[in-house]
This record gives sequence, structure tokens and C-alpha cells, in this order.
Amino acid sequence: MRGRTPWGLAVPAVAGMAFLVLPLAGLLVRAPWPTLLVRLAEPRVVEALRLSLLTATAATALCLVLGVPLAWLLARAAFPGRGLVRALVTVPLVLPPVVGGVALLLVFGRNGLAGRWFAGVFSLPFTTAGVVVAEAFVAMPFLVISVEGTLRAADLRYEEAAATLGASRWTVFRRVTLPLVAPGVTAGAVLCWARALGEFGATITFAGNFPGTTQTMPLAVYLALENDPDAAIVLSLVLLAVCVAVLAALRDRWIRA
Amino acid sequence: MAAVLSARLVVERDGFLLDVSIEAAAGEVVALLGPNGAGKTTALRALAGLVRLSRGEIVLDGEAIHEHPAERRSVGMVFQDYLLFPHLSALDNVAFGPRCQGTPKARARDQARDWLERVGLGAHLHARPRELSGGQAQRVALARALAVRPRLLLLDEPLAALDAHTRLEVRAGLRRHLEDFGGATVLVTHDPLDAMVLADRLVVVENGAIVQQGSPAEVARQPRTDYVARLVGLNLYRGVAAGHRVTIAGALTLSAAEELSGPVFVAFPPSAVALFRTRPDGTPRNTWAATIAGVERHGDQFRVSLDGPLSVSADVTAAAVADLGLLPAQEVWVAVKATETHAYPA
Repeated sequence: MRGRTPWGLAVPAVAGMAFLVLPLAGLLVRAPWPTLLVRLAEPRVVEALRLSLLTATAATALCLVLGVPLAWLLARAAFPGRGLVRALVTVPLVLPPVVGGVALLLVFGRNGLAGRWFAGVFSLPFTTAGVVVAEAFVAMPFLVISVEGTLRAADLRYEEAAATLGASRWTVFRRVTLPLVAPGVTAGAVLCWARALGEFGATITFAGNFPGTTQTMPLAVYLALENDPDAAIVLSLVLLAVCVAVLAALRDRWIRA
Repeated sequence: MAAVLSARLVVERDGFLLDVSIEAAAGEVVALLGPNGAGKTTALRALAGLVRLSRGEIVLDGEAIHEHPAERRSVGMVFQDYLLFPHLSALDNVAFGPRCQGTPKARARDQARDWLERVGLGAHLHARPRELSGGQAQRVALARALAVRPRLLLLDEPLAALDAHTRLEVRAGLRRHLEDFGGATVLVTHDPLDAMVLADRLVVVENGAIVQQGSPAEVARQPRTDYVARLVGLNLYRGVAAGHRVTIAGALTLSAAEELSGPVFVAFPPSAVALFRTRPDGTPRNTWAATIAGVERHGDQFRVSLDGPLSVSADVTAAAVADLGLLPAQEVWVAVKATETHAYPA
């Protein structure tokens, strides 16, 4: 038999739950339901949503290409300073995104450390590609940490079995390791995508706020709040719906654990 | 027969030293037998290239391969828990090796189908490993290892993960496939029955070193360590022989069937031991007083362990236990038939 819950815990627990749930409920209550469909079809909303989905997906792809090998290195390779590298990789998790944006400007900006080199060829800041870079910068740690954890938990003996069957290291990675850690990669990619979708600070700092090129959903929400609060609510609802869908997709992995 | 495999394996790790030499001819099955932690699996992993040699060499078909990585050795390995890739069907598990060797996908799958049919799994080509029974998974693992057409086949406790009934069937099947295999086979087991049934030659490993080797019959008849004696169910002692008389230091003198001189082993089965309440009349040879240390059921007999000048196991019938009223700490007289007491040079 379970003991009764003490009041000292029950009251703050209920208050905590209300604190988390009420703002979302407020969003639903204040939503302009009758005009919702019309507003959703507004070019500004459609444009921001399209841009957000496009850049978040591209940022996730970039994170997969760079982050999975990085996670493999952190999980499997022994090299000096590995602990330091792991710490550095997680910095964007705690760094205020605005600071990330400023840092990206200093490196990739027109007069930045790296930007200077290819100034004549192309420029990242204030472009759609810049949005992707800003989102990837902030979201990659989610992917790396998730994939690294799965790699560490994976049974190395399958890779040994593959080696005795004549598989090269690359074949082992491609045909054995990657399929075995696929659930971790998927979960990491979904988290990474959700984080990229909600990215605000680094994006507005590094890529600006130009409708059609760099104005993603979160930026559009913030801007709409000034002159058209109902539009802000509609945009927020769309983002909320996406987040709920992501949580539902990861239900087995994260919530039941 | 020319040796397909000729290896000296020295692996030093965390204070443990493995130093064994293993040879195997074409078609020969060599079993490494030994207690847990003896270094058998380490030896197998060294042959496969999964553990680096500290010293020594591995020569396979005249070529030194110990510097080659695992993927470049002509070696197939069946792991203790099989390690079938869970994301691939039985067919693709078996086709994995040929694919890695550069066989086109369709051909590799044809070969895999042949192998699976050969081990009797033609009806389970597309099953995932989790859908297979233990015995089936074992056969897929064997087919997967053989499909790379290795010169050396390694089996790590191939039957340990199976229940007793399946084990019987799989053991018989495995023996048949090993007979068909043209290369050398090294298998690791701690089960004497597996070793006796499957192997042409036994190599007994204890604490990282070989303590005895020979044909299964030789090893079973003339064990040279307590571990082997226990496995094959014999009482074993070291002594010094002078004619038929063998003196066991600090204990007593036994009469043996053989006539020898110098250091010897002397062994007799628990069934050659008879127990009496009082000193038996007649033949005074191989008789001494002992104390009962314990009584356990052993098949349809009872195994009595005895303390005294020698620690001895005796097998007696249930009737004898009742007649003698055998209880721990009780004094009894032990008699061992000289004709079943065998001595052989140490």
C-alpha cells in the first residue's frame, strides 16, 4: 500500500503543474477560433511556417552530417582532451542563444574571422542559409548527446562479430553500428529539429528578421505581438501543435522512462 | 597431416598471463577445455584478431596472420550468444560475410540461402533473430561463420546458451557440420561432454596454461589434474610407484593394476570404492578407515565424500546407504579394488 501524500508536497506539486499548464490553456482560450482558418491561410503566416519548416529541416540535416560522426568520436575514440571537447560541445545548451548569435556574427560576419575569407563569394549573415547555421549551432548538442549516449550503450560485440565476417571499419559503422543506434539517432534528430524550430535569439541576431528570407515562426510571433496579438496567438498555436506532435512521437522514449 | 593452424598465443593483461600453443590439422576439431577464467575465450579472441598478442605468432596455411586485423583473417567465429545482427533477417545475417568479401548482393543471398538450407533452416530465411529459437539461432550463427569460407572456424561455448534438450539435438547437428568442414576448428567449452563428442583432440587449459592434451579417450582415462579428474569423474592422486605398489606421500600405499616405477598418477572411479561398517576380511590391500564428509544423490546412486588419509568419492546404492546407516561424521572402512586402480607416469 502506498502512503498518503503529505500536504507539504501535494500543494506545491499541484501549483507547479498549474504553473506549467495554465499558460498553454490561456493560449487555447484566447485563440480566435472563428477566424482561425482564415488567419492560418494568410501569406505572412504561410511564409513564416514554410521558412521555419525548411530551415529546421535543413539545420537537422546539417546536424546529422556533422553531429553523428562527432558523437561517434566522443563515444568510441580515445584522444587527449576528450572530456574538454565533450564539455565544449554542450556549451550551446546553456549559452544564451543571443550570445551564440553574436559569436556567429564575429566568426561568419562580413568582417568576421572566417567570413573575411569568402566575403566575395557568399555571405551568411542575414540570409536563409544564415538561419540554418544559427539553428544548427543551437540544436546540435541535443543530437550529439542523444547519439553519443546510444552509442555508449550499444553492444560492441556486434561490431566484433562484423569484423570477424570481414567488414572494414567503415562497413561496420554503416551496416551494423548505425542501424543498431537508429532509435537514438531518430530521437536526437527529432529533439534537434524541435529545438531548431523554436530558435529565436541566435536567429534574430545572426540572420535578422526579413519576411520571406529570415523571418521564422518565433520571430513572426514576436513581431505580431506588437501590432496584431491575435495573429501572434494563431502562430503560437501552430508551434504548440508541432511541439505536442513531437512529444507524442517520442512518447515511448522519453515520457515513460 | 600438415597443420592448418600453428599458433603460440601469449596475452598479458591485468596481471593475467595466457601462454598456450595450439596446432590443428585440416579437418581436425580441437577443443579448449577448462574452468571459467582459464583464458580459453581470450585464446579464441586472439586467434580471431579481437585481442592483440603480447608475444607469439599465428600461422594459418603457412601465412603469419597475427599482425592482420580481424577483418583480414580467414577466420569464422561463432560467439557464445551468437550475436546475430538484430536488424537483419537470417538470410542477410548469413549474406553479410560474402557481401563484405565483395560478392554481389544477389549472389551473396543465393549462397546464404544454400547455407541456411544446409543447416536445415530453409523455412526461416526471412525471420529476424528475435523470432528464432535458441537452437535455430545457433545454426544461423554457424551458417554465417561458414559462409565466409574460413580456413579456421572458432566456436566459443557453442552450446552453452541452449537448454538441455535442444543441446542434445544441436550437438549432433554441429558434429555433422564440423565433419563436413575442411578447415581447422578450435572450440572452447567448459562442458566435458561437448568436448568429448565434438573434438578429435582436447587441450585442457587452467590458469592460462595448457595442463594436459590428448585424444578424448586418453584424457578421460588418465586425467593429470584435479580439474580434469573431477570432469571425468575419477579419484586422482600423485604418488611414487615401485612395482604394483604406489606410495602416496603422507597418506598410504595403494596397489595398482600396472607395474611402474617413479612418479605416477593413480586414479580409480568412485564405483570401484566399497564401504563397510567394520574392517573387511580377506584382501587387506587398499583398505583404510575414513570419516564420511557428506552424502549426495548422484543419478540413481549416492555419492559419498570421505575424509581420511585420502579424500575420496564413492558411489554406493540406496540400499547400501540404508544398510550402513551412512551419516556425516560416521567412521567407515574403505576398500578399493586393485584391478580398477590404474597408475600412469606423471
